[in-house]
Amino acid sequence: MTDGHSEAETEPNATTDSATMTDDSEDELKTHSAGFESPPTGETIIEAEDVNVWYDDDRALEDISMAVPEHNVTAIIGPSGCGKSTFLRCINRMNDLIDDARVDGTLKLAGKNVYDEDVDPVALRRRVGMVFQKPNPFPKSIYDNVTYGLEMQGIDGDYDAIVEDALREAALWDEVSDRLHESGLELSGGQQQRLCIARAIAPDPEVLLMDEPASALDPVATSQIEDLIAELAEEYTVVIVTHNMQQAARISDKTAVFLTGGKLVEFDDTQKIFENPEHQRVEDYITGKFG
Amino acid sequence: MSSITSDLTTRTAKSPRERLARWFFFACAAISIVVTIGIVVVLVLGALKFFRSTGVALGMAPGDTVSLSSYLLEGKWTPGSEPQQFGLLAPLSATVMLMLGSAIIALPLGLAAAIYLSEYASDRMRSFLKPALEILAGVPTVVYGFFALVYITPLLDQLVPLGVGTFNMVSACIVVGIMIIPMVTSISEDAMNAVPDSLRQAGYGLGATKFDVSTTVVVPSAISGIASSYILALSRAIGETMAVAIAAGSQSTVMNPLNPVAYFSPNSPITAQMIQLATGDISAQGAAYHAMFALGLTLFVVTLAMNVVSELISSRYREVYR
Ligand SMILES: Nc1ncnc2c1ncn2[C@@H]1O[C@H](COP(=O)(O)OP(=O)(O)OP(=O)(O)O)[C@@H](O)[C@H]1O
Ligand SMILES: [Mg+2]
Repeated sequence: MTDGHSEAETEPNATTDSATMTDDSEDELKTHSAGFESPPTGETIIEAEDVNVWYDDDRALEDISMAVPEHNVTAIIGPSGCGKSTFLRCINRMNDLIDDARVDGTLKLAGKNVYDEDVDPVALRRRVGMVFQKPNPFPKSIYDNVTYGLEMQGIDGDYDAIVEDALREAALWDEVSDRLHESGLELSGGQQQRLCIARAIAPDPEVLLMDEPASALDPVATSQIEDLIAELAEEYTVVIVTHNMQQAARISDKTAVFLTGGKLVEFDDTQKIFENPEHQRVEDYITGKFG
Repeated sequence: MSSITSDLTTRTAKSPRERLARWFFFACAAISIVVTIGIVVVLVLGALKFFRSTGVALGMAPGDTVSLSSYLLEGKWTPGSEPQQFGLLAPLSATVMLMLGSAIIALPLGLAAAIYLSEYASDRMRSFLKPALEILAGVPTVVYGFFALVYITPLLDQLVPLGVGTFNMVSACIVVGIMIIPMVTSISEDAMNAVPDSLRQAGYGLGATKFDVSTTVVVPSAISGIASSYILALSRAIGETMAVAIAAGSQSTVMNPLNPVAYFSPNSPITAQMIQLATGDISAQGAAYHAMFALGLTLFVVTLAMNVVSELISSRYREVYR
């Protein structure tokens, strides 16, 4: 990852960038111009423009604009309650399931605004997989957990082979290959989370959203998941929420820092964020002075 | 210091008030258990007098007793006319019909209503429907019987090509089915509410529709609760008396519960036969009198077995998640 592309503002997002300028503080302005550089690898796959979310009358996200590059790991960090999970749920429209949540703005996946009238959230979620904070395997067999998405999405194929591939990719195959038909709930927490990852990648989505996938796990399981994420990024675009700065620094290519009030304060290459952030507040947060 | 020590060693648990309270609560708990045991003992004693092998020993005339094998294996139930016959199979077949017939109505409808309440209904809708369901559960059963006799049977009479009689099992089954829907729905809905939301989210996150999530995630995860709701509701159905006695008449014939045509005839299950014996003009020493106890014990054993099975199911599968 180099810094040499900072002037390369060739993306069409330049327009939205200036739109943000008008109503945001100077602080954020710099942030966005930094964030909207063309990514070092891959095209932009997810592009948020002025995304706002309200829960009833409480604003949880304020004018979030950021562009997530393809085949990269993008980390979202920030203090508790700053809207990280809310933003993640905007991407696959899981917020639709929350009765009093309201989303406003545009969020494009591969150029198409997922909040357009004609977008079916079910179809969207088939392209954007999700792994949750707490492992949540179904009370079904390991095999049936992995094939669940395939069945729901009507994907045909050699299920045995797909299951094996997904479990191998999730680094779980060796541990479960001889007990595929036992309940997924009989696995350890770390194994369950890897099962959930296998389940999410089996239908072969484009994007994988992970909401603190390692927060319920011990250090060994955590490092397994981290290794895994690095590998997943070769095939998928990974957006991961984490509370763990070191983890973000280790595994991500880009980092978005949200701060209290649901604002995106800085979005840049991970190295830049951790070594030389533009904002004092970001530096304070990263070095643990607050948050 | 010493005052603290004396405070610490005061025994509140041994104070008279605490002791009295303890005994009072114990007595209340004991009474209900003693009464229940007493009822079972009365049932068993009466039933023992009914059967020949035990009744004679208890001082009954052999002619006023019935052999266990003829009770269990014969199909004629004519306690009020000569020759008196006590073949359980006739009322038992009606009880099985009642169970099957009301199950066909209540299990799918009750489950569907539970799915609606738990997965589809908005909070406002739910706050309106749940009390409505409880009211349905609170309607006196005699009203259901009346409803069957006055509305359901005449309606069926028009719908069914050959017509149905004034008394028939179909309308009894329909009305008992309706009667137990609230039970199926409320227990099943509780079970579905207990399914962690994280499982639903997992389903939606994998591109499942609401229907998919309801049927492939929620229902299977709540299956033990649903199964116990079924069993409890059916044991309620076979214990139902008033509505059936009114809707299905007093005739008792052994019928094949799997034959749909049989349901258009009158028949009376164990409970309804007990009512007839209890309200009929029978001698307190005769077989007909003790037949009541035998029937009561039979019903008790069946429903007890069903409740035990339901308990087993829910304890066996309760720990499925978390
Ligand atoms: N379902 C909901 N209903 C109402 N308010 C919500 C809901 N979910 C989140 N919020 C509110 O939105 C804000 C952002 O929440 P969110 O869960 O996105 O934060 P987060 O950054 O993921 O926090 P954490 O790190 O603790 O997970 C919080 O103030 C929270 O109270
Ligand atoms: Mg969160």
